[in-house]
Amino acid sequence: MSGKPAISRRAFAATILALGLGRRAAWAQGFAGLGTAADGFAEVVPGRHFAFPADHGPHPDFRIEWWYVTANLVDAAGAAHGIQWTLFRQAMRSGPPQPGWANQQIWMGHAAVTRADTHRYGETFARGGVGEAGVEATPFHAWIDSWDMRGLDGMRDRFIAPLELKASGADFGYTLRLDADRPLVLQGVDGYSRKSQRGQASYYFSQPFFRATGSVTIDDKAVAVTGQAWMDREWSSQPLATDQIGWDWFSLHLTGGEKLMLFRLRQADGDDYCSGNWISPDGSSQQLLPAQVKMTPMAPTEVAGRKLPTAWRIEIPQRGLAVQSHALNAASWMGTSFPYWEGPIVFGGSHDGVGYLEMTGY
Amino acid sequence: MTRMIWILAVLLSHWRRHPMQLATLLIGLISATALWSGVQALNQQARSSYDRAAATFGGARTATLVGRNGASFPQQLFVDLRRAGWPVSPVVEGRVQVGGRSLRLLGIEPVTLPASVGNAPAIGKAGLQPFLTPPGETLVAPETLSDLDLPEGATPPASGGMALPPLRVQPQLVPGVLVVDIGIAQKLLDMPDRVSRLLIGNARTPRAALDRVVGDRLRLVGPEAESDLERLTDSFHLNLTAFGLLSFVVGLFIVNSAVGLAFEQRRPMLRTLRACGVSARLLNTVLLVELVSLALAAGAVGLVCGYLIAAALLPDVAASLRGLYGAQIPGELTLRPQWWLAGLAISIVGALAASTASLVKAARLPVLVAAQPHAWRQAQQRWLILQGALALAIFAAAGGLLWFGDSLVAGFAVLACLLLGAALALPAMLEVVLSWGQRTAHRALAVWFWADSRQQLSGLSLALMALLLALAVNVGVGTMVETFSRTFVGWLDGRLAADVYLNAADNAQAAEIKAWLQRRPEVEAILRGGRADSQIDGTPIEILGLADQATISGHWPLLQSTADSWDRLRAGNAGLASEQLARRLRLTVGDRIEIATASGNWPIEVVGIYADYGNPKGQLAVNIDALLRHFPDIPQTRLGLRVAAPAIPALMSALRDKFGLDDRNLLDQATLKAESTRIFNRTFAVTGALNAFTLGVAGVALLTSLLTLSHSRLPQLAPLWAIGITRRRLAAIELLKTMSVALITALLALPLGLSVAWCLIAVVNVKAFGWRLPFDVFPLQLLELLAVAMLAALSAALLPALKLARMQPATLIKIFADER
Repeated sequence: MSGKPAISRRAFAATILALGLGRRAAWAQGFAGLGTAADGFAEVVPGRHFAFPADHGPHPDFRIEWWYVTANLVDAAGAAHGIQWTLFRQAMRSGPPQPGWANQQIWMGHAAVTRADTHRYGETFARGGVGEAGVEATPFHAWIDSWDMRGLDGMRDRFIAPLELKASGADFGYTLRLDADRPLVLQGVDGYSRKSQRGQASYYFSQPFFRATGSVTIDDKAVAVTGQAWMDREWSSQPLATDQIGWDWFSLHLTGGEKLMLFRLRQADGDDYCSGNWISPDGSSQQLLPAQVKMTPMAPTEVAGRKLPTAWRIEIPQRGLAVQSHALNAASWMGTSFPYWEGPIVFGGSHDGVGYLEMTGY
Repeated sequence: MTRMIWILAVLLSHWRRHPMQLATLLIGLISATALWSGVQALNQQARSSYDRAAATFGGARTATLVGRNGASFPQQLFVDLRRAGWPVSPVVEGRVQVGGRSLRLLGIEPVTLPASVGNAPAIGKAGLQPFLTPPGETLVAPETLSDLDLPEGATPPASGGMALPPLRVQPQLVPGVLVVDIGIAQKLLDMPDRVSRLLIGNARTPRAALDRVVGDRLRLVGPEAESDLERLTDSFHLNLTAFGLLSFVVGLFIVNSAVGLAFEQRRPMLRTLRACGVSARLLNTVLLVELVSLALAAGAVGLVCGYLIAAALLPDVAASLRGLYGAQIPGELTLRPQWWLAGLAISIVGALAASTASLVKAARLPVLVAAQPHAWRQAQQRWLILQGALALAIFAAAGGLLWFGDSLVAGFAVLACLLLGAALALPAMLEVVLSWGQRTAHRALAVWFWADSRQQLSGLSLALMALLLALAVNVGVGTMVETFSRTFVGWLDGRLAADVYLNAADNAQAAEIKAWLQRRPEVEAILRGGRADSQIDGTPIEILGLADQATISGHWPLLQSTADSWDRLRAGNAGLASEQLARRLRLTVGDRIEIATASGNWPIEVVGIYADYGNPKGQLAVNIDALLRHFPDIPQTRLGLRVAAPAIPALMSALRDKFGLDDRNLLDQATLKAESTRIFNRTFAVTGALNAFTLGVAGVALLTSLLTLSHSRLPQLAPLWAIGITRRRLAAIELLKTMSVALITALLALPLGLSVAWCLIAVVNVKAFGWRLPFDVFPLQLLELLAVAMLAALSAALLPALKLARMQPATLIKIFADER
């Protein structure tokens, strides 16, 4: 009975990973050696001019891409909730898009709901070309199976709002309306985000100013919620460096209205690559260089048989920031085909606020 | 602990002095374990391949959505359902011709394929990319590849002219199936944006109501607990299991008598040990340890033998299952660890069960009591009455099952009751016969002969039961196979109406061949044929197109028909149903059925029922032109030719040269008939082999029982020797006694065997295969079996008799001195 791998989602995910991609986490996982822009995909270069609404749609010239939304919500009783809605695109090969089943794109969706006492998640896969999954720029619509992210009437392209966000799994579901009164923010340097000292990079912009209202359902019990949400849009063609083994990613909503994106790419030799962006309440953004950011994992928690730092100390001396963060639910484990940790966090210290943390490669 | 080892050493010394006894015990255990686990291995192998087949066909085990009338439907419905939360995955299915072979093409969508579909064709890690990206891959079983005579990586053209993606071997796949990506399958089958069915995954996602998404265009078909193949082949496996169980029980008879003998002989040893201060508890523990270790050792050997038996029988089992049900079993045996553990466990359990009586006796062994005179008569009488009553109750149960039961399991239960009842009734019946013999005898020696036979009965009855069962099953199965064989040959004659059969590579070649044949004067008639697959009430059936020719109508093996059935067939709205189909759907002549076609339902009146042995599917025969009107896309590549006999070889070689047809695609009637008969014979080779095994084991059981008895019966024989009967004469009498009880048993086995045969033919076959055969008795076969049984009894009785004839007088004298 040895080694009879069936066509399973697990095997499928493994295939995606073997290509060096998947979710941004998988991307960071360091499955390299499978080629760079050279095998026909477009290259990420500095100085790109972003155009909307076109850039809300897919970029099939590039190998990977994602539409990523997280939200920190509270219900009427004050209980904290977190939701995640993610759509990944990956091209199996380069070249002009083919119609029907010959289409090169494979789509993967992840959705989750987190509360202090429970964490629910779902996963689904689809092939492009037949309408099961995809993204259209106008009118804006991203979908996979019954999960949708759709631009509502009067959507402003620079704001990518208002939106409706929907997903459901066997034991959870949510429907949210996302509004924003400030335009989206280019990350890195004008949307060019470096991921290593050796030049790996992606195109990256975010909408961190979403206000969310809607309802979250767990075990058929729906509650009304409100809060803040954050969307990441990113695409690239290059895998990360072979020695980059994992990824820690923060999106933080500070009570003062500032937003902070931070990431740390862990390297096998311990020479980690940290970077981020400080976004002022007015929407202006400043890149944080590796030397300006200090991210320290605290005592590890055991989750799903692994040791994960669900508590962190973050310091940005230049901004006078020194905070400690804790997970809303330390067991926010995404036991998907490619497993990782993703969940809402709370932080305090020099600044207070809430946010989302994603950790891979543990 | 040391004490225990010493006691064990003492007990084991017995086996050193009686190696033959040890051998018998081990043989009993080994043969019981070997046959039982061999049969289990075969069943397990077959079952796992059914699972595979079921999974590959994406059918039985998985809930599916199918088109209302069984036809394909637009792919958009798949997308709509996914968007509405349904975890569905599309499948496209059809047949393609590759190298003149018709193969099943399956287009799957691996990304949405539910994990619960089970061991679907393994594309595996990193294998998805080549399967999905051009040129893609065609997954095939190794058997298919060698059948097509192509190397891996070849890209043979399929019927539509388009080349298949490179072939890649997938050992887990069932033969005869090509698996490609759905997009490629749609192109190969010319079904753009169409889907044959949707598999539904187990994910409990919230979803919209089906009719709100697709209206009434799709129908939900629930998962079945077992696949069609599993249901169809149940009878075959029950049959194998029954044989395995029978052999196991017979093997235990051997163990029982060997352990019984050892206990008899070790009685003084046990008493001495007890007298030396060994507690009964310790003694029993050691006896148990001894038995379990022996069972473990024998079980291990038995498992190896079982593996060898299974490996030797597997090709025949595979051939049987293919021949009878179209089930494809790989010819290589793979076993799970559980199989080995279960084998050892069954060996131990069997040994313990067979030794219970002896162990209980040892536990209750009084320390100082001398041997008691046998109060055997009363005890036996009581037993006989009890057993007889039990047998009657079981017979009554069999009658009840026969009357009220309507399933395959009931059929087998009737068989089991019949055999068990007869086995239990045997000692009572023998007792009746022997006491009648005793009453009619006049001379003293003759009276002793009968009386002593009666006394021996209790010791021999288990072995005789084994003989009875083995013989009855042999008679039953032999009669059934012989009946089937004769019916089959007669049926084949009727069914093979044409002289030459050919199968063209495609329609174009078929037309070319037909044009060429029409110019040949020796060809008397060209019979067109064709086949389509369809469904009635969701059950797949095969529709056979028959040429409108006297050659066919004159020979077709009709069981029932209307007077004008062939004329009615020509009109196109009538058909002949195969016996299996008629039984399954409870059809009789005059009934109406509707067949799903791509252009709607086709109403057909059943105007006849014909025998269709060996076909796992229900079949409906219609006029070929009518078939082509309703199924215009079926390949018209099969032709039958009527040719004057002397011209056949020349015509065939001309066809071969001109059109490149090989032996698979061009056959004459004689070859086809020989091939079918060969397959048929192989089908029953397993039954034959198991039959022989069982009879052999029964013979060994008889031998060991006699050996056991020959020792404990010396006190009965010694007085006869003392009053002047020579040892030779005594031996001859002993031999005669054994032979006569064996003969009585064998004679009783004949009617029992015939009832078994009747039960197989009239109950089990009908349920298992859907056809009923005429019941015939073959006296010559019965005589032959009788002779074999007597030969087995003779060879079993000869050794103890010879031992007696050559026994030292001193041994016999010692009987009078020994206290037993």
